[in-house]
Amino acid sequence: MHDDADRAFFRTEVERLMDRLYGTALRLTRNATDAEDLVSEAVMKAWASFAHLEDRQAFPKWLFRILANTYVSEQRRARPTIAECVSTDDDERPFSLFEKMHQPFLLWWGNPEQELINKLLRDDIERALDALPEAFREVVILVEINGHSYAEVADILGVPIGTVRSRLARARSTLQRALWTQAQAAGLTRTENLDATQP
Amino acid sequence: MPRNHKKHRHGGISCEQVIANLFAYLDNATDANMRSYIARHLEECRACLSRAEFEKALRAKVKQAGDKEAPAALRQRVKALLNQF
Repeated sequence: MHDDADRAFFRTEVERLMDRLYGTALRLTRNATDAEDLVSEAVMKAWASFAHLEDRQAFPKWLFRILANTYVSEQRRARPTIAECVSTDDDERPFSLFEKMHQPFLLWWGNPEQELINKLLRDDIERALDALPEAFREVVILVEINGHSYAEVADILGVPIGTVRSRLARARSTLQRALWTQAQAAGLTRTENLDATQP
Repeated sequence: MPRNHKKHRHGGISCEQVIANLFAYLDNATDANMRSYIARHLEECRACLSRAEFEKALRAKVKQAGDKEAPAALRQRVKALLNQF
């Protein structure tokens, strides 16, 4: 049973976290309607098990975990197997945006990698995230946006912790490659300009 | 980054080892020993510190993508739910 103080706490916290809940749900589902459904379902589930939450300080992390679990359950129901995205393409080689930008012949320009970070728009990041394969997108969102530990992510996804590590490494590489491609297309990379002047 | 940068050692660990473990370090997923080695290395190695700062700044941008103003319709829907509890 919940008393009025429980209800007030729950309501205040959910309202406070609403933008983050929606933002996370939107990145997971990539669809506004599905994101709204996901948030509503997560809030209902959270209330149903709120009595079991002993540490109120842990409420945000607990709620985001319920959101992630709800999403993963729905996904697994709709698509029982997720492809491991195994590929031997050259594009699977580790890619680092920093190394791409931070080259000795560029250093006299100042701090090109920091400049690139400053110029990356929210829309660039969202597009790159949304373009990630499902298995990669999940781990990036759970670790970098929700702040879950590798062990928590392994538990949510039902995979070994080593799989979380390897998916995360490949996801970050793929994400940075996509951002590099977008930055080049938008003319944000100095190397593009310099390349034109190289013999 | 200097050509032989990866062979440098600071704080008892090479730049190559720092870069290999950098994401796990930023994710708080290394053991205490490795964490301490990397922290000391970053205090002494400007090149690796730049790399760490870059990855941190990029992570901050990615994190921001998980914060989006909830539509009024969703707020109303959740408010209606909360009123039922």
